[in-house]
Amino acid sequence: MADEPLVLGIETSCDETGVGIVRGHTLLADALASSVEEHARFGGVVPEVASRAHLEAIVPTMDRALREAGVTIADVDAIAVTSGPGLAGALLVGVAAAKGYAVAAEKPVYGVNHLAAHVAVDTLEHGPLPEPAIALLVSGGHSSLLRVDDLARDVVPLGATIDDAAGEAFDKVARLLGLPFPGGPYIDREARAGDPAAIAFPRGLTAAKDLAGHRYDFSFSGLKTAVARWVEARQRAGEPVPVADVAASFQEAVCDVLVGKAIDACRSSGIDTLVIGGGVAANSRLRAMAEQRAGKHGIRVRTPRPKLCTDNGAMVAALGSHLVAAGVAPSRLDLPADSALPLTVVSV
Amino acid sequence: MLVLVVDSSTPAVTAALAEVSADGVALRAARCTVDARAHGELLAPQVDAVLADVGARPADLAAIVAGLGPGPFTGLRVGLVTAATMGQVLGVPTYGVCSLDGLGHPAAAGEPVLAASDARRREIYWAVYDGAGQRLAGPEVAAPAVVAERARDLAVTVAVGDGAHRYADVLGLPVRDEPRYPDPLALARLAAPRIRAGAPGETLTPLYLRRPDAVAATGHKPVLP
Ligand SMILES: [Zn+2]
Repeated sequence: MADEPLVLGIETSCDETGVGIVRGHTLLADALASSVEEHARFGGVVPEVASRAHLEAIVPTMDRALREAGVTIADVDAIAVTSGPGLAGALLVGVAAAKGYAVAAEKPVYGVNHLAAHVAVDTLEHGPLPEPAIALLVSGGHSSLLRVDDLARDVVPLGATIDDAAGEAFDKVARLLGLPFPGGPYIDREARAGDPAAIAFPRGLTAAKDLAGHRYDFSFSGLKTAVARWVEARQRAGEPVPVADVAASFQEAVCDVLVGKAIDACRSSGIDTLVIGGGVAANSRLRAMAEQRAGKHGIRVRTPRPKLCTDNGAMVAALGSHLVAAGVAPSRLDLPADSALPLTVVSV
Repeated sequence: MLVLVVDSSTPAVTAALAEVSADGVALRAARCTVDARAHGELLAPQVDAVLADVGARPADLAAIVAGLGPGPFTGLRVGLVTAATMGQVLGVPTYGVCSLDGLGHPAAAGEPVLAASDARRREIYWAVYDGAGQRLAGPEVAAPAVVAERARDLAVTVAVGDGAHRYADVLGLPVRDEPRYPDPLALARLAAPRIRAGAPGETLTPLYLRRPDAVAATGHKPVLP
């Protein structure tokens, strides 16, 4: 359909410079430049290194996206950009870039919420999202459970991590096991050869006393420490560390909590659609466990393919396209980058 | 030729339009707001405003000039990414000029002059210009006391810029009031030869002068006592 909005999306909230282009729900281009390798020796994302990389990457990444989609900026109906939450300096590069493009091409600009964009990206794969839906968003920077009543306007936070993000726990345990950064894919790979029941690691905030105040919240700090204790005890005893079993048992504990709480949120509100997004949604065990347990309760799980789960420009474009179609007004040109943008603010 | 000038290397967020012709450079419109924490909010509306001031559209621009810093990184990048993205869309060349040149060049009056902006952390970004406005030293970043010594060695008699105002006592130099922040007309003048010649545009690379604060990951810290 030619009258569907053609929208360009820019993402720079962490270490990926992403430019995506969509028409309606159709993905036309998804160009990405990553500074992940520059952060590896620091064991985590260094904000200033990420910001510098965004500045260098934005113009070439935009060029690639436009070429891939076979359009020019003059053709687009709107430019969407992640305005938060994320790393302040990194966000600012993307927001300033979006404004530069918007001013020069005389196009409207939409400052959008990164987390809502993680939900919206699924529409590129599975079409319009049934509303309401529950969304579980897990990455190295965020771990949130939310209810999406209206993806253009009304997103309600249900819970979030009270300490580490799930992806952060993967990174820290990977380092403990001598695996590279970022840890998620390596833990996933090691775990395939391990026994998920080998070690009984704790499930944070699942005890009856915790559920009262933190029913939909997460905590991964205790789990991370438990894994560290277990591994160190082995090392001190001079015994080899069964990396595959530790990885599998750790991963099982994380997934068990994430899936358990997400399904609880669906069941308690009578919602039968669960969207899972964010980098950790690329984890094979999380996907399998969610499918299996949700199926028992008649809940449909929607998870975009792994490349769309991690941060990218397509997700921002997807949300922008949804906002344009829903008739939401664009942002003002003085829109700020807001590192702590509340989840309830879908667009600024 | 209508040229957009942006600089965000200091607390002054600046957007201006200059007319570059064969025989001169004239300022057509300028907007400058001093707010160290709102570069991202202020610059794009100011670009919009200067275009409206002269009744021009973005497509009327023939080139874009940007102050490359040095300056505090986060704010500095706003100007450079704005210039780079606009240049990309409009298909016009972008030219970088050292932002300190926008202080030192117009301040030159026969004697060597020190141009300085605030680098935070009790340091200044600085450069020294000869009597004709040519840069003799810098840009560098250093503590004001160190700069004072270098300025003495270079026979500097006067200083300019908000960094010089802030540390006037330590620098021990008379400080001129204007320009306090990089002057957009001066930045346009310094880029004018390239604009007139139709020189190829350049990738706008910031003059950071400092490495990112980051320490390489050390080994795992044990949790067992
Ligand atoms: Zn994310």
